Amino acid sequence: MKMRSQAARRRSDLLLKIISGASALVGVFFLGWILAVVLSKGFRAFNWDFFTKLPTPPGIEGGGLANAIIGTILITLLATVMGVTLGIFSGVYLSEYGKESSYASLVRFMSNVLMGMPSIIIGVFVYALFVVPAGHFSGYAGAIALAIIMLPVIARTTEDMLNLVPNQLKESALALGAPRWKVTLGVVFRAAKTGLLTGTLLAVARVSGETAPLLFTALNSPYWMKSLNEPIANLTVTIFNYAMSPYEDWQSMAWGASLLIMAGVLVLTIVARMIFREDKR
Amino acid sequence: MIMPLHKDKVHLPVKPEIDSSNFESPDALSECRIKISVKNLNFHYVKNQALFNNDIEIAEQRVTAIIGPSGCGKSTHIRVYNRIYELYRDHTATGEIMLDGENILSPSTNLIELRRKVGMIFQKPTPFPLSVFENVAYGLRLHYKPSRSELTERVEAALKAAALWDEVKDKLNAPGYDLSGGQQQRLCIARAIAVEPEVLLMDEPTSAIDPVATSKIEELMLELKKKYTIVIVTHNMQQAARISDFTAFFYEGSIVEFGTTKNIFTNPANRQTEDYITGRFG
Repeated sequence: MKMRSQAARRRSDLLLKIISGASALVGVFFLGWILAVVLSKGFRAFNWDFFTKLPTPPGIEGGGLANAIIGTILITLLATVMGVTLGIFSGVYLSEYGKESSYASLVRFMSNVLMGMPSIIIGVFVYALFVVPAGHFSGYAGAIALAIIMLPVIARTTEDMLNLVPNQLKESALALGAPRWKVTLGVVFRAAKTGLLTGTLLAVARVSGETAPLLFTALNSPYWMKSLNEPIANLTVTIFNYAMSPYEDWQSMAWGASLLIMAGVLVLTIVARMIFREDKR
Repeated sequence: MIMPLHKDKVHLPVKPEIDSSNFESPDALSECRIKISVKNLNFHYVKNQALFNNDIEIAEQRVTAIIGPSGCGKSTHIRVYNRIYELYRDHTATGEIMLDGENILSPSTNLIELRRKVGMIFQKPTPFPLSVFENVAYGLRLHYKPSRSELTERVEAALKAAALWDEVKDKLNAPGYDLSGGQQQRLCIARAIAVEPEVLLMDEPTSAIDPVATSKIEELMLELKKKYTIVIVTHNMQQAARISDFTAFFYEGSIVEFGTTKNIFTNPANRQTEDYITGRFG
């Protein structure tokens, strides 16, 4: 049998290296570009007023996005409370009780479908379900939409993290006479806590940049909020509105808001990684 | 003597007084009080039968070793004694396991109470993600409402009984994970005996730890049998010979031979037992 030529092998190896390396470079390049532009343009919008004042009409100096910052934080918090509670319980069901039952398989399948669902559809869904009957946009509806987006992510991460806990640990607790729920809450959760926390933080990071679902639910508002049961200002819809506007000062505000969200997501991701690494030491 | 805890949750069992002066290996099962009596035990994983008509009697305050080649059903067998197998779907056991005259396989058995009476040590050490102290306190808190001082006392007593106290008394608040493998296993033993069980099931308790730690645990078992009934699954023939009073040889889900360890190791009645013990297979 004839030997393959070494030179040809080396050539194809080199070619693959170049193609894959270049592809990776394209990805990193655009990410770097986006980061650089958002950083430079966003930073210019930052000043004391940006964080403390209400937005002003175009052309009027000063003004900020304080209401949108508060709105985003509140909507995300409320969504997290709902999404994490439901998500973790669903994950516990899948991992500890349902396992291979047909109902659990259905839940798992639906979660996967929901995870791939475009967020605008969830926005329209919540619009039809809550906004239309209520007759007005509201922060609650926005939080519900974000919670629905978080739900499958948290449910599946929870399931995965709980499945990583060795069965022997559960058996040890059961063998001591612990009832099932105490084993889950007291031992399994504790063993999986960093994973659960990381999953939650990443899910929060994921929804904090969502715009479409809020456009149909929380909408936006130029005023301080009085309650969550009214249209609420938030950063992503503000970016959407301001970036599309012809006014330069509004566009600058949009850059600032973008940087703020980006920084928020970055901080969440870093915190999540640090927690995870701390646990692995 | 340890003060009994508040008996708000369950009553501490009154232990039958037994003459514990003589711990020489008995010459026959008839010399011992029977703690567990297994009759016609069959076990299925979904549709695969793993145990076939197991009959065995476990003597009180003795060590009974279960030996046999891998996959012969040793672990499966003892996992029925505390019904831990029920964690998994489609695992079923039929037959009769009398623990002090009560059939633990009966649906009316209180599993929590059963597992307080029948403790278990696993192959790999499984400290909970808690401090050393809280690991041992876990079972106590489950079954009793101990005051802080009672808790401290019982945890210390359990750690002493597991021959671990001297090594951990200065790091009771350190995570259980930080101990060495052998220490972790003794921590698990302390955790199991803290709730004052009557039976200790040990599923290859030394197979994941080094020889020095193993000999410590073996010594500990000889000490523990003065108080507890011990059933140990082991792959290590020398270990069975060193520490057990009775030995059962399992093969393909059946109990091939059961008798005093002396007899099984010096004069096995069955050819398969002899071949296994002498290392011809397994």
